[in-house]
Amino acid sequence: MANPIHQFEVTPITQNPLIVGGVDISFTNSALWMMIAVVMSFCFFTLALQKKAVVPGRLQMFAEMLYSFVANMVRENMGLEGRKYFPFVFTLFMIILLGNLLGMVPGSFTYTSHIIVTGALALIVFFICTIIGFVRHGLHFFSFFLPAGVPWPLWPIIIPIEVLSFLIRPVTLSVRLFANMMAGHLMLKVFAGFSVGMIGMGAVGVAMGMLPLLFNSVLIAFEILIALLHAYVFAVLSCIYLKDSIDLH
Amino acid sequence: MELESVKLLAAALALLPLFGVGIGLGMIFSSYNHAVGRNPSSVQVLDKKFFLTFALTEALAIFALVISLIILFG
Repeated sequence: MANPIHQFEVTPITQNPLIVGGVDISFTNSALWMMIAVVMSFCFFTLALQKKAVVPGRLQMFAEMLYSFVANMVRENMGLEGRKYFPFVFTLFMIILLGNLLGMVPGSFTYTSHIIVTGALALIVFFICTIIGFVRHGLHFFSFFLPAGVPWPLWPIIIPIEVLSFLIRPVTLSVRLFANMMAGHLMLKVFAGFSVGMIGMGAVGVAMGMLPLLFNSVLIAFEILIALLHAYVFAVLSCIYLKDSIDLH
Repeated sequence: MELESVKLLAAALALLPLFGVGIGLGMIFSSYNHAVGRNPSSVQVLDKKFFLTFALTEALAIFALVISLIILFG
């Protein structure tokens, strides 16, 4: 059976690794698929919004659907205040959505299945939240760690919990996305491996091998749902975190 | 015990959170279906909340799986 981890390997696609100052910066498959995602979304939106018709065509309709989906999400979670942060949330949503969906193309590379990618995205969200909190509220931002109305005997318990739950946010945000993507793709490959293994057992094996294949088709539908869902979850949680630092609880 | 067998046991124990996740997911699905059954027009509002809570709960199971895989292969 082929190694199911093999699909996550980051390999340079150029012949010779490009090493500058002891750091390997050669162009990898991960970078390639990220660029494909960026170019795809850029081309799609320039093409779709070229005409700006009042009665939208199919492409423009789809672009507007994506736009209004994220805009509604931002409005529901942050109110009118959140309009400033719409471009940020939309960019996050698109890069994760495309990463997840392009990963479903057979033979492609899922860059969101690497914790370095999701971790970087989550840290960007974390630092932006913290900076916005300090810029808007100054040192008053520290009251975030002490919800109003907590009686003083509980302070030594509540404050460490709140600080910890604030600091753990980038970890859970990144691990959720990366682990879901990795576990899903791992599952697909393991079930595909069952099929291949059974085919080796002759005619009965070929018939039995159809079962994991059928199950895999169901799993692929489920994985596409998960891909959409986790782009949404990442964006919604970024909205909630941003809202927390705008309004302080 | 051998280190290898302890590792396997630990990997199995790391999946214990699945009990809680199973119960939690069951509660989420059941309350969602109850709510939609009682008030079918609330689907629009409930769908988003349902998917968010579903994903957040399911993520815990995946965390456990990752920890188990780290114990096995890390």
